Amino acid sequence: METKIGCYICTGCGIGEALKVQSLEKIATKEQKIPVVKNHPFLCGDEGVALIRKDMESEGVNALVIVGCSHRVKSESFRLGTALMDRVDIRDKCLWVLDVPEGDKTAAEDRQMMAEDYVRLGCVKVKKMNDPKPFEATTPFSKDVLVVGAGIAGLTAALEVARTGYKVLLVEKEETLGGKVANMHKVSPARPPYNKLEDNPLPKLLAEVKGNSNIRIMNSTVVQKTVGAPGLFDVTLKNGSSTAQERVGSIIIATGYTAYDPNKLEKHLGYGSSPDVITSLEFEEMAKAGKIVRKSDGKPAKRVAFSLCAGQRDSSHLSYCSGACCVYSLKQALYVIENQPDASAYLIYQEVRTPGQMEDFYRKVQNEGGIFIKGDVKQVAANTTGLTLDVDDKLLRQNIKMDVDLLVLATGMETTVDTVDPNSASPVGTQVEELPGSVLNLHYRQGPGLPSLNGPFPDSHFICFPYETRRTGIYVAGPARRPMGIAATRTDAAGAALKAIQVVESVARGAAVHPRAGDLSYPSFREEGCTQCKRCTEECPFGAINEDAKGNPLFNPTRCRRCGTCMGACPQKIISFANYSVDMIGSMLKEVEIPEADEEKPRILVFACENDAIPALDMVGRSRTNPLSPYIRIIPLRCMGSMNLVWIADAMSKGYDGILLMGCRHGTDYQCHNVRGSALAEIRLSKVSETLTRLQLEADRVKMVEVNIMDAETLPQVINNFVAEIKELDPNPYKEF
Amino acid sequence: MKEYSFFPGCSSEHNASAANMETSVRSLCKMLAIQLNEIEDWNCCGASIGYAGGGVIPRLSLSARNFALSKQQQGDKDLVATCAACWLSMRETSERLAHEPEVKAKVNLALKEGGLTYDGGIKTRHLVEVLIEDVGWDTMKAKVTKPLSGLKAAGYVGCQTNRPFGVAGDSFENPQYLDRMIALTGATAIPFAKKVACCGGALMFSEQEKSCQLTRDIIQCAVDGGADCIVTPCPVCQLNLEVYQGKINQLFGTSFNIPILYYSQLMVLSYGGSWTDAALHQQVVPADVMKKFV
Amino acid sequence: MTYDLTFAKEVYKNSEEGHWIKMCMQCGVCAGSCPLGFLGAWKYSPRQIFQMVRAGLRDEVLTSSDMWMCTSCYNCIVRCPRNLPITHIIHGLARYASVQGKADPKQPTHQFAKDIFWENIVATGRVGEAALTMKLYFKDGIGEGIKQGLEMKDSALGMLKAKRLKPLPFRGKIKGYPGFKAMLNKAFELENKKEGKA
Repeated sequence: METKIGCYICTGCGIGEALKVQSLEKIATKEQKIPVVKNHPFLCGDEGVALIRKDMESEGVNALVIVGCSHRVKSESFRLGTALMDRVDIRDKCLWVLDVPEGDKTAAEDRQMMAEDYVRLGCVKVKKMNDPKPFEATTPFSKDVLVVGAGIAGLTAALEVARTGYKVLLVEKEETLGGKVANMHKVSPARPPYNKLEDNPLPKLLAEVKGNSNIRIMNSTVVQKTVGAPGLFDVTLKNGSSTAQERVGSIIIATGYTAYDPNKLEKHLGYGSSPDVITSLEFEEMAKAGKIVRKSDGKPAKRVAFSLCAGQRDSSHLSYCSGACCVYSLKQALYVIENQPDASAYLIYQEVRTPGQMEDFYRKVQNEGGIFIKGDVKQVAANTTGLTLDVDDKLLRQNIKMDVDLLVLATGMETTVDTVDPNSASPVGTQVEELPGSVLNLHYRQGPGLPSLNGPFPDSHFICFPYETRRTGIYVAGPARRPMGIAATRTDAAGAALKAIQVVESVARGAAVHPRAGDLSYPSFREEGCTQCKRCTEECPFGAINEDAKGNPLFNPTRCRRCGTCMGACPQKIISFANYSVDMIGSMLKEVEIPEADEEKPRILVFACENDAIPALDMVGRSRTNPLSPYIRIIPLRCMGSMNLVWIADAMSKGYDGILLMGCRHGTDYQCHNVRGSALAEIRLSKVSETLTRLQLEADRVKMVEVNIMDAETLPQVINNFVAEIKELDPNPYKEF
Repeated sequence: MKEYSFFPGCSSEHNASAANMETSVRSLCKMLAIQLNEIEDWNCCGASIGYAGGGVIPRLSLSARNFALSKQQQGDKDLVATCAACWLSMRETSERLAHEPEVKAKVNLALKEGGLTYDGGIKTRHLVEVLIEDVGWDTMKAKVTKPLSGLKAAGYVGCQTNRPFGVAGDSFENPQYLDRMIALTGATAIPFAKKVACCGGALMFSEQEKSCQLTRDIIQCAVDGGADCIVTPCPVCQLNLEVYQGKINQLFGTSFNIPILYYSQLMVLSYGGSWTDAALHQQVVPADVMKKFV
Repeated sequence: MTYDLTFAKEVYKNSEEGHWIKMCMQCGVCAGSCPLGFLGAWKYSPRQIFQMVRAGLRDEVLTSSDMWMCTSCYNCIVRCPRNLPITHIIHGLARYASVQGKADPKQPTHQFAKDIFWENIVATGRVGEAALTMKLYFKDGIGEGIKQGLEMKDSALGMLKAKRLKPLPFRGKIKGYPGFKAMLNKAFELENKKEGKA
């Protein structure tokens, strides 16, 4: 179908008074050859929207350039059923960020020039768009969910998915279901007033799972390998010596934790040398059996010490806090002292960490007479009636000795998920069919496990999308994702269940999941141009691209998040999306009018990330306090990862005096919605000075900054300082050509 | 005319340390049509160090006796105190009698020996609360005829008028009411970091040097801020800051000579009252800076 | 052995507001809020005293001078995140130490609060400030008293001049003194029963 573009300029919100709208219209009509160009004083109102709709119905307009405010406002009004649309923001990012004093003709002229350039950018952008066609697979999509692990996390996730009507395949490695919680005596409170021990929730949950016809349970079964992509996962399951293949749409990993091996702890804690030194899990079993006794002689244990953080927050063991041990130790202390006036429970702690309502539970144990000692166990010695502990008491500031019957070590949790370094993984063809210890054994270019971040746990964008992993359609719930207790695990499992459903529905209609939820475009590539450099397959933050034997990329569109990192990585410029391409941005930046050098009006190109930098810029506009330089021209990018170096060269040849890139924070505290986008852009830019030197330009002309969505207050200074630095340099000599 | 039962407290007696507060408060109340009916034959409240000799029941019995007398003599009228420690002791007693039936029963056994009984019901209030809640800011301001323009005052709230009860709705860390009272007289309340710092209270008697270190810091802060005077609602604060200035100067080599006034003295002057109405003749550190406002 | 709860339970039962001590979470806000803490006036902060109670350090707690360093500023009370009435707990412990005969009778605040101030109230029903001051000065004998009096002579003269101090340290009893005294006697009888004093 022929594209017919309509350009609609809103003159409301002061636009009509501040700008020469006729000139803007002329740019669209004469220069950009847009067939339908109109203006309206209140475009987002019913009448304005009706004007556009009428043209779409009777004039055949099917692509839109809406000139007015930011795309982040009034998005409902302009949802007009076409994906071929750009919102040209001349209000928030032009009118509201420029200081134009009454009667200042130069400032008014600069503002007009900025608005005109933005109209040009919008027109070119829409001209370069194609209507995205959703991805269709050659084999049928599955909407079933595979849950790996049938402990409290897996059972909860399975039940949550099944209750919404989806089919679940629940796989458990052991013969019996229930995991670690099966051995629990009681659990800590999950409901008000948060001060009573609760019965083990597992039997009820198990009965519900077994009674749900949407759940198929496979016990004594492990995943041998996983091939494919969301909606199209082909999973090989192994039960004894037999294997079976199943197709599922998404996967929840709920394989739980392994307790840290107490034999690795320092000898002075006494584990192994006295039977009366035990772990929390061993104590729990005692409590469940109703026999809290000294293992050495079977006599009742009335004086029980708990050593919290045993081998945790300790660089020689687990460096992190497992988050749940304080609460379960409080629970176990209650087993000892509740309604037993002759019993004592000593909690030897670093800090008592009881977030949320667990503070009430902490108070309960204090009120029951629990004895809290801040310090470290220094020595454990067996005596005839139990143990003598040497404790370095940090509150009394002295070493104390205490006699107890049992010492319980609260050891930490280690994840059962195998992680992988995507950068050192070998191509998929060399992956083994069975990888013992791997939860899924993914046949992905970037390796069989899940990428981790700063430690052993799978990376999960903890700020915005905590249930996610860096593998689309695969979610980790419970202590496999990060250490947590039962209550948090159940919430986590419910969250993962929702994500697992969301992804199967999205891929079935060819749409992306977050952060570009609903986007129907996906990367296509021009095979004959490929040089097998493998940058796209290595850099994709989500491991979406596999490789064939020759090193050509094999795209898996349902794994793709549409960040464009592959497009930015490709030196041959052969990867593109229907609505986003190297050519589109390259053409846009070339359309800006660059004033002659002697006009002393530099032009600074700003590439801004749509996720954080653009909202921050909108907030600068809304605050209307800190004006920006009129010399900047902003082009939004869907992610800094999509930034292709050819744009830098193009912009420099065009005559821009400087380029500022505004991406998200990267590193271990990254905020990039696509995990690696801004980090990769920074790496690419480190090579840009070569390009600049080749063009005989100063390297300072290109700068990348990290911008957070909350940076509105400091952003103007960052931008204006860069403009000032550029003004210090001579004008870009390429202006002359 | 608003009428209240009144507990002046030991320091407000004739020839006692807060006699200047008592005089100025009486003048102020007259100007604002507040009638204070003193409880006949009241006894000491026990103050903040009554715990050592008095324990719980004897200490709480002290205020309970005053409540019983007030009820006998004044019915259900609110009981007003001007001294921070008196107000606090009475508030604490009220709360404990209201919430601890066992304590209340024991206190009544003791009261019975003196022929009295108290079943609760009397509300204890600080005069400042009466001024703010019953008289109101607008009325207080409207009465000003001689604004104290140009006077810079450090509003020193101290502890016990502020904690643990305080004036309803105000902050423990940075209360505003005293600054507002200073401002309504036409004076300027300077920013004062030691607004709620402790003056040492009753420890001025037993730990004099330590207390003097506290008061030294408070006075220094006011002087550094350019204050002409320090203004307080509390008789212990007033006493500790004023009477011990000589001692502080001797201990620390300072040369403080700053008047320590009650909010009521400022208000009386600004309402057109005389030097003696405001009891400014009863200052130990002369309040010469106030002479221009008479 | 330490962390024997015998003493803690004794305090929870007998000392005013003492039962709150078990709810302390040792955050130290009280220590950072105490005006005398910054002067190094105490060895143990309130939270440390509480931990010592829980550890069973009976003598160390009851003979400590630290409880007597309370100015009753109530800063710890309003700041305690666990809402413990810390000021009252400290007062209670001081009183309990005194009742148990463990507090040093010469500890200045102990002596002043109990022997001078309280006795002053009991004597007439109200505080006589002049008598109070005299007794304070002469607590350590006549010589010390004259020395103290001389040191504070300027202040005293200032107060006299301002008519804020009685020239003579005598005051009459309140009218209902017999009833007042009977009330206190009964109150002490009830109090002693609770504190476990003979």
